Amino acid sequence: MEAILFYLTATVAVLSAVFVTQCRNPVNSALNLITTFLCLAVFYIMLESPFMAAIQIMVYAGAIMVLIVFVIMLLNLGLAVKERYTHGMAAGGILAALILFVANYFIRAGEATGTGGSVTSEVIASYGHTELIGRAMFVDFLLPFEIASILLLVAIVGAVILSKREV
Amino acid sequence: MTPEVLTLSETPWLYTGVMLVKIIVAFVATLLIVAYATYAERKIIGRMQTRMGPNMTGPKGLLQPIADGLKLFFKEDIIPSQAHWFAFILAPMMILAPAFISISVIPFGGDLQFSYDGILYAVPMQITDLNIGVLFIVAMAGLGVYGIVLAGLASNSKYALLGGIRSTAQMVSYELAVGLSIVAIFMLSETLSLRGIVAAQQLPLWGLESVSFIPNWYIFCQPLAFGLFVIGSMAEINRTPFDLPEAETELVSGFCTEYSAMKYALFFMAEYANMITVSAIATTLFLGGWGGPFYGWINFLIKVFAFMFFFIWIRATFPRLRYDQLMFLGWKIMLPLALVNIVITGIAILLW
Repeated sequence: MEAILFYLTATVAVLSAVFVTQCRNPVNSALNLITTFLCLAVFYIMLESPFMAAIQIMVYAGAIMVLIVFVIMLLNLGLAVKERYTHGMAAGGILAALILFVANYFIRAGEATGTGGSVTSEVIASYGHTELIGRAMFVDFLLPFEIASILLLVAIVGAVILSKREV
Repeated sequence: MTPEVLTLSETPWLYTGVMLVKIIVAFVATLLIVAYATYAERKIIGRMQTRMGPNMTGPKGLLQPIADGLKLFFKEDIIPSQAHWFAFILAPMMILAPAFISISVIPFGGDLQFSYDGILYAVPMQITDLNIGVLFIVAMAGLGVYGIVLAGLASNSKYALLGGIRSTAQMVSYELAVGLSIVAIFMLSETLSLRGIVAAQQLPLWGLESVSFIPNWYIFCQPLAFGLFVIGSMAEINRTPFDLPEAETELVSGFCTEYSAMKYALFFMAEYANMITVSAIATTLFLGGWGGPFYGWINFLIKVFAFMFFFIWIRATFPRLRYDQLMFLGWKIMLPLALVNIVITGIAILLW
């Protein structure tokens, strides 16, 4: 049952991801990207991470994609200027294929397996996924978390300064 | 004898049947309330403006929603030739579906008990109890934006585009304030499940036994969060005074200018379905859900209807905001207040 659901969702995810790059109309690409995000949320639920699924929909589908669609609306792109970027796309494709190859190599060679750590299905069932993430973020890895938030703050201040005529 | 909990693995057919019944009851009830919310709105606003409101169709105009539905159903369905047809058809569905999906995690009442095959079963009056219920609702509210965005984008019309752009900016900014005001609630309840939040509100106020007749509704400890939530949700579902996306005087009808027939009716239904959803969420989070003097779901419905009356009342009372005032309110007043509320709640939890 779960395998069938996984393969169905995976098919939709891969197909929509292909369509993101292949559609000529940016609106279609954006719709396909939203579908991909929703499929990823389903994967998170299958991996017993409901919190990540909710955040995936809230942040990526609910906020970031809305802003992207917003930009598409404002710029009124129409049909994509596809032909100008063929070299970049080919290079990106080759790079992605190489990374996929290396990742597969690591998994096959056993260097990236067995790194599940202490979080198992039983632990998730007894503590709750949200509590585990909260503990990891605000207790175990508090310093990296704070550093990341300072980086984000710097980015926000930079965006404000760049967009303002006079500071 | 403690009742058994229905599970899919042990009693698959019974479980599926009970689930289907629950879904159908909740769905039909919501649809009926949507239909009669339009009637109630026209009647109440009519009375507030010293008019009659609909009174010709059926006794006291009670058949008006059905007549409206039939009329819209039989009208010609036009898709503009320059429109992006797929997104044009998708948009009304995208706006209606999240509103109905959110209903699925809201508890309507306590447990129902029934015996089958000699075993006593308890069925919660809630379609499903997710352990991330609150986040689920926030995520669905975020998806609701797409209906309006796609409608504005696909119509290929200036008015629709402007309405869509306004609404995108408005909903994204108010979503933040609403989300942050809810954070204070689950800091207090220490659970994300809506069932758990309702259960936490059944205790006496602040744990004091001397005032045990007052329940521990979160409106008493979080009045600021309640205000932010109500104002923010009004903006998120585009009700007056925040209905800038469809401001008639400047944008014809905003994002749904190009829509006709049943697709237009879907937008109309979505507005009321969203109103019901928001009222139900506010009831569950702040007003103790189904707790109260009467039997479970009756309390719940009374509170939801009171909220809907409040929203209609607001619509009859306040003029529309200007766009810059709207953005000012969202980003410079409500967002900082929500953040301050979280900090105060955190300090209070640490001290007591």
